[in-house]
Amino acid sequence: MATHEEIFKTLKEKFGDRIVEERLDAIDPFIVFHPSIVQDLAFFCRDEEKLRFDLLSLVSTVDYLPQAASADGKTPAVAGRIEVVYILDSTVHKHRLIAKACLDRERPHLKTVENVWRAADWHEREAFDLMGVVFEGHHNLVRILCAEDWEGHPLRKDYVIPDTYHGIKNVIY
Amino acid sequence: MAAPENLNPDPLTKNILFMNSVDYLINLTRANSVWPLTFGLACCAIEMMATGAAKYDIDRFGSGPFRATPRQADLMIVAGTVTHKMAPRVKRLYDQMPEPKYVIAMGGCVIRGGPYVKYGYHVLKGVDLIVPVDVYIPGCPPRPEALLEGLFKVQKLMEKERILDRTRKLTKPEVYSPV
Repeated sequence: MATHEEIFKTLKEKFGDRIVEERLDAIDPFIVFHPSIVQDLAFFCRDEEKLRFDLLSLVSTVDYLPQAASADGKTPAVAGRIEVVYILDSTVHKHRLIAKACLDRERPHLKTVENVWRAADWHEREAFDLMGVVFEGHHNLVRILCAEDWEGHPLRKDYVIPDTYHGIKNVIY
Repeated sequence: MAAPENLNPDPLTKNILFMNSVDYLINLTRANSVWPLTFGLACCAIEMMATGAAKYDIDRFGSGPFRATPRQADLMIVAGTVTHKMAPRVKRLYDQMPEPKYVIAMGGCVIRGGPYVKYGYHVLKGVDLIVPVDVYIPGCPPRPEALLEGLFKVQKLMEKERILDRTRKLTKPEVYSPV
């Protein structure tokens, strides 16, 4: 069972400056990586002896709207982005890694990790359905929870609930 | 069921001999054999199962056989949240039921969207937007006794029907109120 420092050190040695940030003092320590290395990172995490992350627990997304810093300086400015969060577990070494990638809100494209862990199949479909993140290389990226002809991505912060759906009233007045 | 004498104010059949009793008997037998369609979608399905189980036994009122196919059912108890993805399927199953058919809307979600009414973007705000409902049972979820009361309301609706005028089904909804 490796500690978080050891896991992060192993990743940093392999990927260098593509690991944009590491946070060890959070409740769940995480790394932030550049979206271009997602496939290499996935194969490395799954196959490397010291890591052996063979279980993908979660692929989820977080939406941050751009926000200016508050006037009194207490709240820092928030950069607008969509974060994709991967939670990887190792059944062999019993440790966990949380890895995030920050994507542009206008064009959130990322390579799929479906060929690394099959669990990513439905998780990525859900991320596409609810947040609009497009996973390139996915074999069947269609909506999984909402209706097939639903418009919009509901879990975005700037989503507006439509008034009707196929003529059926969707809001109460 | 009311006694036959004061049952039939209907001008169509009032003066035909024995029509009153015939209607009464037919409606009595129909009302005590309302076979529901299993339509548990969410949490209200648990209460519907509890009503079918031993303690609150819906079988003693004749509604024990829950048919899995709409072709053999005459009551659709919509129990649970209906989403927009499920709504066309609900409508299709309702259309597949043969007349005379009845619909009970069980639970808050099916009446007007329930707890999802304000922010639920994918929840159908009430199943009466797609199928005509006969009885509404409020609750989240309604107790098994409330579901049984809703079934009795459907039975009372049946008792007002006349076989000589079968197309005239009373579809004015009844809201259960304990007072």
